[in-house]
Amino acid sequence: MSADLRGIVELAPLVRSGAVSPVRLTEACLERIDARPELNAFITVMRDRALAEARWAEEEIAAGQHRGPLHGIPISVKDLVDIAGVPTTAGSAVPPRHPDADAPIVTRLREAGAVIIGKTNLHEFAFGTTSEESAFGAVKNPRDVTRSAGGSSGGAAVALLEGMCFGSVGTDTGGSIRIPSAVCGIVGLKPTYGELTCEGVVPLSTTLDHIGPMARSVADIAVMFAAMKGAGLEWDSRTRYVFGVPEAYFCERLHPDVRAALERTRETLLRAGHEVRTVAIEHASHTPDVYLHIVLPEASWYHAGTLATDAQRYSPGVRLRLEMGRYILAEDYVRALHLRTRLRRAVDQALEGCDALLLPSLPIPAPVLGEASVDVDGTKEPVRAVMLRLTQLFNISGHPAMAMPAGTTADGWPVSVQLVGHHGQTERLLGIAAAIER
Amino acid sequence: MTIETWLTAACEDAERRGLAELKPLLEALARSTAALRDADRFIDRAMLEK
Repeated sequence: MSADLRGIVELAPLVRSGAVSPVRLTEACLERIDARPELNAFITVMRDRALAEARWAEEEIAAGQHRGPLHGIPISVKDLVDIAGVPTTAGSAVPPRHPDADAPIVTRLREAGAVIIGKTNLHEFAFGTTSEESAFGAVKNPRDVTRSAGGSSGGAAVALLEGMCFGSVGTDTGGSIRIPSAVCGIVGLKPTYGELTCEGVVPLSTTLDHIGPMARSVADIAVMFAAMKGAGLEWDSRTRYVFGVPEAYFCERLHPDVRAALERTRETLLRAGHEVRTVAIEHASHTPDVYLHIVLPEASWYHAGTLATDAQRYSPGVRLRLEMGRYILAEDYVRALHLRTRLRRAVDQALEGCDALLLPSLPIPAPVLGEASVDVDGTKEPVRAVMLRLTQLFNISGHPAMAMPAGTTADGWPVSVQLVGHHGQTERLLGIAAAIER
Repeated sequence: MTIETWLTAACEDAERRGLAELKPLLEALARSTAALRDADRFIDRAMLEK
């Protein structure tokens, strides 16, 4: 059985005309989910509800009530996001919450006519970059099951790669949309901080958490984002953009094939008439320290009660990270918040005169599951630190950022570049991404 | 509180709570905290006081 990897934008007119049936699309996705259970992409498959929603969509469309490009299209939702009547497990053995209402983002997707096919697996409580610490089994990379699919939204990326859905909802606190998108060779968008509500989403770090779409193309991301925002999108399409490449810190320790992919992208942009210049983000080397002193105490605060009653139910690594946050002094948390303001200004300054920043999304291709460290251009480094290094600054700063495929390594592993836009200008960033994707 | 004092107290507390495996993580955190405190000079205090 081959996967239907057509895009939402290609399917939408066919669904509208009746040439493609939402019920058949949903059945095909369910068949794909059933075909590869060993990947652990889903925690809950909403089989009966999804088929009922698809039948309803088909009836509405047949009656001339087409709601838009997501109508009748199967999508998945990370199991950190509430769906009424379905447990929100967060990938944990800690007792789940049982929501009686959809998260507002899910409500908006339903209003757009999307068929919710199920809830995807993740790194427990979104507190990891490999999706291997999950009470529902490690998410496996479809290209090689000994490798990670990235995380924490690993199940979402696998579901898209394998044709188990056509769009997915992920969350991103340090890179959890962009990292699995990069590992799996799809597209992922982290909007500007606060642009999409995180109400009804289990928090990891309330001042760093973002929610956003994942899909197989920029055009599909735009459809998903518009529905999640509940508004139409408008952007200026131009033929020439200025990109700033932050060389220091972001391009220093990369897998050689990732470096080569960035260079290829740069050359392609230049040939297409765009301008690419080198820029600097001041103090970027302090990013991991600032991130750690914000994410750890904020995560520990949320889990304090459960750590007191159910500590043994957490995966050992997640529990230790949560425990670590309890030791951070208030003085250092406040210091990190002030440095965050400095870093946000530094990103703004780097963007001056540029339309977007261009940098790699991830320094390495898919890491091997179970490995604590990875070789990066001849140096052994902790996997978690390497995977967060290029994405976490934009959670700290709140700027919109997206991961896009940029070819493969010599071994065929996907490589990704990241575009970072001006604060509050996610639509403009989407326009730039759409232009260069072409 | 100095980082040395903090680290000693944190490691003792972790051990008392049966979480000795936290010790290397706390040592790594201490290095990160030292770097964070070193970066304190980049905070624009004039802007904070406005």
